[in-house]
Amino acid sequence: MPGYKNIILSGSGVTKIFGFGRQRTLAVDHVDFAFHESEIISIVGESGSGKTTFAKMILGLISVTEGEIFFQGKKRDISSNKKRQEYWKNTQAIFQDPFSSFNTFHKVDAVLLDCIRMRGGGKLPREKKVELMSEACSFVSLKFEEMTNKYPFELSGGQMQRLMIARIFLLKPKILLADEPTSMVDACSRATILDYLMQLRNEIGMTLIFITHDIGLAYYVSDTVYIMERGKFVESGPPDIVILHPKEAYTRRLISDVPKIYEEWDLSTV
Amino acid sequence: MSDVPLEVKEPTKNVVLEVKELTTKYITRDEESVYAVDHVSLKVEAGKSLGIAGESGCGKSTLALSLMGYYFPPLHYTSGEIIINGQNITGLDPNVVRKTILGNEIAYIPQSAMNALNPTRKIINFIEDVIQAHDFYLTKKDIYDRARQLFERLGLPAEVLEKYPVELSGGMKQRTVIAVSVILYPSVLIADEPSSALDVTSQKMVIKMLKNLMEYNLITSLIFITHELPLLYNVTDDIMVMYAGQIVEQATAKKAVFDPLHPYAKGLMGSIIVPESGLRDVKLTAIPGVPPNLKNPPSGCRFAERCKYVRPDCRGASVELRDIGFGRAYRCILHEGELRSYYQKEASNNARL
Repeated sequence: MPGYKNIILSGSGVTKIFGFGRQRTLAVDHVDFAFHESEIISIVGESGSGKTTFAKMILGLISVTEGEIFFQGKKRDISSNKKRQEYWKNTQAIFQDPFSSFNTFHKVDAVLLDCIRMRGGGKLPREKKVELMSEACSFVSLKFEEMTNKYPFELSGGQMQRLMIARIFLLKPKILLADEPTSMVDACSRATILDYLMQLRNEIGMTLIFITHDIGLAYYVSDTVYIMERGKFVESGPPDIVILHPKEAYTRRLISDVPKIYEEWDLSTV
Repeated sequence: MSDVPLEVKEPTKNVVLEVKELTTKYITRDEESVYAVDHVSLKVEAGKSLGIAGESGCGKSTLALSLMGYYFPPLHYTSGEIIINGQNITGLDPNVVRKTILGNEIAYIPQSAMNALNPTRKIINFIEDVIQAHDFYLTKKDIYDRARQLFERLGLPAEVLEKYPVELSGGMKQRTVIAVSVILYPSVLIADEPSSALDVTSQKMVIKMLKNLMEYNLITSLIFITHELPLLYNVTDDIMVMYAGQIVEQATAKKAVFDPLHPYAKGLMGSIIVPESGLRDVKLTAIPGVPPNLKNPPSGCRFAERCKYVRPDCRGASVELRDIGFGRAYRCILHEGELRSYYQKEASNNARL
């Protein structure tokens, strides 16, 4: 495992509580973490383990009940809209459902132009912008000529998911959070999407955080795996250790739930 | 409690389902024909299960729909035969098919079937509807007993029967739908992506249930459609790979996964992700491009556009499915040995950095 120099995002005692009194739910329970530059991290857990809540806190979409998140060594400040915009320049996300990630009323061009503006290229001449957009589209093997002037609903699911990656290519964020990016596409497109994400990581050196329940995916892509159970990280480390030699019973169960091809898949445990 | 026996269908013949050169098409609004299932032949023996793999848009789900012999627009029957337990069901009156074949002989679980449960009715009411729609006149008590017996056999709590769909979790809903689909004891069950919207734990329960159906002889044969190859490998005896409406590879599950012949099948197997040692050492191979538009399918090999080993004569005449014995067949002009030597070379180049 390569040595990572700088910690880009870290947290101590990060907690999220929903509701009050009897409705009180502890979704994320005092977690500590440190993500490094250009590291690939997977957060694995079953439904309801709090992984999406954790992701939303990292993105600053919901507030943190307790604890602190540090971005590039400094305390993260997203108290005003302007500061939050600034944070989002560096922290971007790809979600599970490409169909609901786009505004139906905005054309594909508007989506990509928004990214250019966010990078401070709003005053560039039109030709330059088109050039940037074409470059981004060709990165994910889409043709800009075919995309321009189209609405998102005219594209297929795979095309939309690739367009999301083209956005990331334009924005070049420091952190990309992918929340189940491949659970709605077939196995073949999954390989394509993972391929683009890895290429992008290698090109711009961003930190990639996968949120997933598929432990096979986590094993394949990540440098570090965090296993989440009821709002806590119960196990973490390099995948060859955590997934091939798990210590926790919970991790072993997650692994046994996934079909295997070399070993026998034991169905008697459910 | 009246005793409604769990009658088990004895297979009348060894081959439960036989399909000969089935072709079906969609007719679009512009009156164009799209042949989504193109001369597909298959045989399923009693006690065996068949898996169908392929990307989205390759005709897997259309094949499942076509196998029932009940067509509604825009899907139309073109040619071929479907024989279930010795009875040819092509050309039968659609109403007869619906009442006597569907559910009795062949049952179908469509994709996201669990979302089709009526939210205003209890599960038991839904079961009553199913039984009445097939002209079985049973009393409510008999229906309840029959359902309860079936549910208990399959390890589902009988309380589910008295619940509304919103009270059940996704995994439970899916398992309920599967249980209800076999309430008339069909010979063949077609399950189309029964587990793809579920998390891994519920998925495992669904898979176990499908295997139990076979073990308890509630169904004689299973056709399982999914793009998740590790699942197919663990559930089915044979695997068939579809591409652009045609069968491109047919083999036992083991051969299809570890020794595929058709370049498309090889590509699909290259996208398998499992948490086992060795996976991290090889790079995932994605097949570039998308399946062709079936409005005007390319002449010659339909995979030629995306194939790494394409040569000029691939695009000539259409390629026939080549039967090489031992239940294996593939649709490629290259010889077995040639393909294998390509794959060997590939494997040595494909080590992950």
